Amino acid sequence: MLDNLPVLSLIAFTPLIGALIVLLLPSARSQWLRIAAIIFTLIPLVLTVWLFVCYQPSIGGGVFTEHSTWLSIPLNKEGFKEGILSIKLGFDYHMAVDGISMPLLLLTSIISTMAVLASVHIRKRWKTYYALFLLLLTGIYGVFLARDLILFFIFFEVTLIPMFFLIGIWGYFGREKAATRFLIYNGLGSAAMLLSFLILIATLGFSSVDGANGSSLLFSGNYDVLLSNLTNPNVLANMDTEQARYFGIYLSDNMKWAAFILLLVAFGIKVPIFPFHTWMLKVHTEAPPPIVMIHSGILLKMGVYGLIRFAVFLFPEQIQSWSTVLAVLGVINILYGGILACVQREFKLVLAYSSISHMGIVLLGIASLEEVGLQGAIYQSVSHGLISALLFLIVGSLYERTNTTRLDELGGLAKTVPFMSGILLIGGLASLGLPGLSGFIGEFLSFLGLFGSMKWITAIGALGILLAAVYVLRSILNITFGSMPESFAGMKDARFIEALPMIILTALIVLLGVYPSIMTDLMQHGFTGLLEQLQTRMGG
Amino acid sequence: MPALQTLTWSDTWYLAPEIVLSIAAILLAVVDLFLPKRINRDVIGWLTLVGLIAAAVFVVLQLLSLGSGAPTDSSPGAYNLLAGSYRIDDFGNLLKLVFLGASAFIVFSSLGTVRDEDVPIKGELYYLILPAVLGAMVMSSSGDLITLFIGLELLSITSYVLVATRKRSRISSEAAFKYVVTGGVASAFILYGMSFLYGVTGGTNLLALLKEITPALENYEALLYISFFLMIAGFAVKLALAPFHAWAADVYQGAPTPVTAFLAVVAKGAAFAMLYRIFMNTAFFTMGTEGTMKKDIFLGLTVLAAAAMIVGTVGALRQRNVKRLLALSGVANAGILLTPLALSLTEFHASLFSEFLYFLIAYAFMNIGAFSVLTIVSRDSGNESLTGFAGLYHRAPWTAAAMTILLCSLAGLPVTGGFFGKLFILFGTVQTHTYWLSAILLVTTVVSYAVYFAFIRQMYMRSGALDSGLRMSAPAAITIWICTLATLALGFLPMPILDWIDQIFSIPTDLLLRG
Repeated sequence: MLDNLPVLSLIAFTPLIGALIVLLLPSARSQWLRIAAIIFTLIPLVLTVWLFVCYQPSIGGGVFTEHSTWLSIPLNKEGFKEGILSIKLGFDYHMAVDGISMPLLLLTSIISTMAVLASVHIRKRWKTYYALFLLLLTGIYGVFLARDLILFFIFFEVTLIPMFFLIGIWGYFGREKAATRFLIYNGLGSAAMLLSFLILIATLGFSSVDGANGSSLLFSGNYDVLLSNLTNPNVLANMDTEQARYFGIYLSDNMKWAAFILLLVAFGIKVPIFPFHTWMLKVHTEAPPPIVMIHSGILLKMGVYGLIRFAVFLFPEQIQSWSTVLAVLGVINILYGGILACVQREFKLVLAYSSISHMGIVLLGIASLEEVGLQGAIYQSVSHGLISALLFLIVGSLYERTNTTRLDELGGLAKTVPFMSGILLIGGLASLGLPGLSGFIGEFLSFLGLFGSMKWITAIGALGILLAAVYVLRSILNITFGSMPESFAGMKDARFIEALPMIILTALIVLLGVYPSIMTDLMQHGFTGLLEQLQTRMGG
Repeated sequence: MPALQTLTWSDTWYLAPEIVLSIAAILLAVVDLFLPKRINRDVIGWLTLVGLIAAAVFVVLQLLSLGSGAPTDSSPGAYNLLAGSYRIDDFGNLLKLVFLGASAFIVFSSLGTVRDEDVPIKGELYYLILPAVLGAMVMSSSGDLITLFIGLELLSITSYVLVATRKRSRISSEAAFKYVVTGGVASAFILYGMSFLYGVTGGTNLLALLKEITPALENYEALLYISFFLMIAGFAVKLALAPFHAWAADVYQGAPTPVTAFLAVVAKGAAFAMLYRIFMNTAFFTMGTEGTMKKDIFLGLTVLAAAAMIVGTVGALRQRNVKRLLALSGVANAGILLTPLALSLTEFHASLFSEFLYFLIAYAFMNIGAFSVLTIVSRDSGNESLTGFAGLYHRAPWTAAAMTILLCSLAGLPVTGGFFGKLFILFGTVQTHTYWLSAILLVTTVVSYAVYFAFIRQMYMRSGALDSGLRMSAPAAITIWICTLATLALGFLPMPILDWIDQIFSIPTDLLLRG
């Protein structure tokens, strides 16, 4: 029965419908609003889990693909003398899922559910909050599902607007600055991405169908079309001919490099790659905890996904010759984030810098261009998403009780809130890569992938694990042990509604730590095509 | 040289929209004169609206009778009146529809909103819109330099009066005076440039110019350079393109808000229409020695477009007065509107007119909507500064939501008309490999987020001085909602309108007057 449903569209757009329903509910009834928001977050969760169960790695997500023409903008054909029937600029509504996006979809649905549960601490304007929250989810799901460049871009941009509001209205003291900075940085990233996409559409996306009466020309934004045109020598974009140059269709090496670097900047801001990271520190400290869960848990992974989906797959030659650069950037991220995390006095900043450090490991995985490493990059993304969501969930609950997240004002919490302290310790251990928890697998796979080609860089990068142990243990032991300020004496431990998401996230972290093949199986065939292509290029 | 043609009775059908507007303008002027003082002048406003709609109906009828696409025997595609000095074609008709529609919305939204204390001569504010639109229509529909210039002057002189209708306000008088002086200088520049064209070719008719310009180039290349760059400078003033934009902020601030909206949308659109008419039929064919002249002229336009985007956006960042802010945002948008023309016409970039028109329509809706919101908000708060928007979310959540959508469109965020308009124009810059312009367009767009989101910060994140609900007249509310919904519709469903333009618009018949 479910086979005929457009599952992917349902996943992406049920939150949007939820947002509209939330808008129609009376704003004073906070319970109704909350329940509606939870329901419309749960529906995509159920659907993605169902998708996960049905997904067969060997055939990919083919059966779920939805594809129809969305826009077919007529361009004026009168510039040509004759023989041209039409010129169109075509954007498709193309949604698909594969081994790379499946784990991230699951991550999104799980973390968003936990975040909506964690929104109990939101104190004002519930209606607007939940409506924006659901709108944000539509954007995120869309990003992971869209397979048309412009569709992807639109979903990517759609996440910006609700995030601006969510940070700017419900954040802490410096919220407005943080929101504006978020908007401008990510806007610049999106602008770079759009320029790169349009260059690709105007060259690689070009195709001409000859008929009896003349040719129909099309500029397509479809990802699959671009990917197949990339290796097709008969496409005008790959032919260095007089004609292709005259019409501006030829995709020269310089243009390829420009488009590639633009993409690297665009997604580098999102990941974030040093030195584009300053905006995310502000967001980590100023945004409300449920939104940081989404931001750190999912939004940063949109950058990773974009890097792999577009920068790696569409520019295999460029990424190969820049793999060392990418690895060095990764190492810088690891060490810079790790060292600065060691000296922070604010727990949220420790976590923010630790995110930078952990995303560096993802970069190393990508730079390896080996199946193991790429799997490691995705694995590490998911694992870091779960861990940072868990840690920020606890931060949110702690802040409600202590009104501070400064390390020197916290201490001895193990006495009053033993449950939360315990979970915090597990999250911390997962973050520093303790075997048996998910963080270990992701880091191990990434380092393993890179070790074959760049031994020294891997060795230096592995120092990050050492740093992680230092900053995690320093800050968590500071919070849970030591002398407790008197004002914390009467604190209550987590309520059920707070404990539930903590338990679920912890369970998932343990599950991924002891049973990694549940996810690596998914990704098994995801990179085959890319790796084959890299192999042939290296051979020829 | 053909003998001077006179107007025949059958021609009056083609001139029906223009005739309707002139009759309405004269009638309403007389009615306003004899109508007793105690009667609310909104009556004049309603009658103005009727006149605008009647003219629009005639334009639609002509659009239908012209047929679509390339000319055939049954549908000639275009009519030449008065020896080609006036043209009825799809280019003109599409733009006329935009001008009439925009003016109708502007008049409609100001019904019941413009106060007598602010504009003591409200009747004149309404009926003077008619000759102004008439001027705009002449500018979009002429095939002769003289007729084009008459249209320009009709529009300009009426606008000078319109700006000054806040009789008791000092800044309004100051604005009008500034506008007269700069506008006059601009007209002089344009006319001076035209006189060189006439001098070297011996004609004012665009068709005749077209034939003469290639031979003239051999002998008078320098004079033609002077001619075109004088005209570019004149139009840059009229369009408020940087660095010729300094008047805009003062004039927009001094004028009554409906007039500001009119200047931002109709006056600007009409100047673009005239620029298209002249430059596509003269400058486009100036190959010169080794084709450098054409390159230089269009490069000049491109540089102007880029400068306008940069200066407009950066200037708007520092503005706290909303009208001045929107004036500078208009400067940036004028740069974007100029981009398709500046990129010129090539095989793969032949869609310049649909790119321009689509963004103009989106721009009209978002500006009229935003100005309507501004009128209401500033009337309530008593000032035109950004802080007037503070706490709007708490007082009028739906108006705040509508304004948010309009601002997103101005900022070019999806999914709105402004987004698709910009995307379409941007694709043109990428197709023609003008990457530096793409980069400037994109970066200024991102910087403009900071400008437009300053409104959103005020509306949603600050608390205002007033707690009571927002008083709003029904026409203003309806206008705001139509503009908002149209902005969204242009974003979600851009196809119908683009298909329609593609079907009826044809470059050889409607834009280039060859043959």
